[in-house]
Amino acid sequence: MAQATTEQRTRLEQQPKPKKNIFVRFLKQWDIQLMVWPGILLIFVFAYLPMYGILTSFMDYNIFTGGNIWANPWVGFKHFQMFFDSPEFYNVMRNTIVISLLKFVIGFPAPIILALMLNEIRHMMFKRIVQTVTYLPHFMSWVIVAGLVMSMLSTENGSVNMLLKSVNMIDEPINFLSMKEYFWSILISANVWKEIGFGSIVYLAAISGVDPHLYEAADIDGASKFKQIYLITIPTIMPVVIIFMILSIGNLLNAGFEDILLLANNPVLRPVSDVIDTYVYRVGLSNFRYSYATAVGLFKAVISIGLLTMANYIARRSGNSLW
Amino acid sequence: MARLGFSDKLMMIFIYVFLIVLSFSAFYPFWNALVVSFNLGIDTTKGGVTFWPRVFTLENYQIVFKDDRLINGFFVSVSRTVVGTITAILMTAILAYGMTRRELIGRNYFMFFFVFTMYFGGGLIPSYLLISSLGLMNKFLVFIIPALISVWNMIIFRTFFKSLPLGLEESAQIDGATNWGIFFRIVLPLSGPVIATLSLFTAVAHWNDWFTPSIYITNENLIPIQTMLRQILNANIVTDMASNMDTASIARLDQMRTITTKSLTMATMMVATLPIVMVYPFVQKYFVKGVLIGSLKE
Repeated sequence: MAQATTEQRTRLEQQPKPKKNIFVRFLKQWDIQLMVWPGILLIFVFAYLPMYGILTSFMDYNIFTGGNIWANPWVGFKHFQMFFDSPEFYNVMRNTIVISLLKFVIGFPAPIILALMLNEIRHMMFKRIVQTVTYLPHFMSWVIVAGLVMSMLSTENGSVNMLLKSVNMIDEPINFLSMKEYFWSILISANVWKEIGFGSIVYLAAISGVDPHLYEAADIDGASKFKQIYLITIPTIMPVVIIFMILSIGNLLNAGFEDILLLANNPVLRPVSDVIDTYVYRVGLSNFRYSYATAVGLFKAVISIGLLTMANYIARRSGNSLW
Repeated sequence: MARLGFSDKLMMIFIYVFLIVLSFSAFYPFWNALVVSFNLGIDTTKGGVTFWPRVFTLENYQIVFKDDRLINGFFVSVSRTVVGTITAILMTAILAYGMTRRELIGRNYFMFFFVFTMYFGGGLIPSYLLISSLGLMNKFLVFIIPALISVWNMIIFRTFFKSLPLGLEESAQIDGATNWGIFFRIVLPLSGPVIATLSLFTAVAHWNDWFTPSIYITNENLIPIQTMLRQILNANIVTDMASNMDTASIARLDQMRTITTKSLTMATMMVATLPIVMVYPFVQKYFVKGVLIGSLKE
């Protein structure tokens, strides 16, 4: 018995073998390599080959040259210049930045506030119901959410118009989804509505990590609930909040895609709804300006990478590196 | 808990009121859509249908379930969700397990190779051109193959696998198990919660995806229900634009005087959400865990 265990131990210790010829070692672990290579190939094809396709943004891409993109003429930064000079440039950039900033300013604190509120609830049943109901929209597709928004805001007996009418705030139903001034509010509200509950999960978990003794001590010292939240709960979850905040800097140009595409159905809204991603989609796949759309997409990707690097630099200084 | 002071009581009242309003606003749009879908279409147009159907009918659903296109779309959705989820979870888990093995040659390079794609990609147009040059247009496989590996899920799997006690693998190795055997007979059976969570998220993503089919699929028999629903909503709202709805079903709508497009749309919407709402209560406890595993990684 004792002999067997020593034997096992020596075998275990031999496991990380001293460096041998890398080729021999590779062949020996062929079965583990076989686990990762299908994944590597798939990622190569579906993530790296499109990166190679980015080259077309410096060319005049012609669909008829088929697979060989080198057959297309090089045009340098022509398409980038075209985008900067295009009449849409100002609106697209403004909408992208404004919408993503609004989403950040309103959508980021909302789940934190919800989590803080839920944490004060002592009726477990009530808490459970609120959580179940507010998590649900996260699992709905944007098509469904957009359908619900349209139905709520509809001029034909939409609930919002009916409510406003019954309290005499309006005389005639308002066609909210065809008016530019309402679009940003609708878009942001729908986003918050969809994600507030689900986003609160992480913060609830962080809050549950707070040492209950702190609250007891604060109670004895006569601190009010509000003070306890302000002085105990919030400082404890601050590290989590900061990490998520830094992460969202990298997302600054991701103003959204599906939500805008679906809610801004009406072309009238384009001056306020067009963001980089929807613009790429429209000029690329509806107008077939492949090179131009790829250039616009690359412009966005490069800025995003820059923002992300900056975010990571900040994160690293605060001790939370992403990579 | 000490006695609440006046300001605390006020705050608690505010919190309760706020949460009730929030829950109501989260629930009402959905409930109202359900009610409208069970209400006689012509009656809904009179207005005032809010919390309860006024003239109850199953007519809307009868029409929806008689529509071959919608039924077909439903089955496209079901099959892509089932096939897509099983294959993606399996492929991603195998990859993640391989990536946990310390002796794997090139592991760090592979990791960089994968993580890089989370931050940078070719974008919409190059991906579109790639899919079309691979001949995946109008193929069922376009739903499955590009979604096989999710780097994000791979990282979550890997984090979970790493937390399993190493001794299990070692003792299995001593008993002569192969690496694939260890994965299938020891690691996978121990990973129930993480598999449940990631399967849920993957399945929801497959079920909810309307965009991929809208650009890669033109063959009507392969359009899933979410994309179909999008076309219907489009046709309803943008009346002055060329409607995407086929003329046959519009003509059929005109024939039925009691049915309206709104009531039909709501019924279709309910059918498209039903599977999620049905599964949701059972998996709720898992996804809370899953979100936490995911965020720990960050």
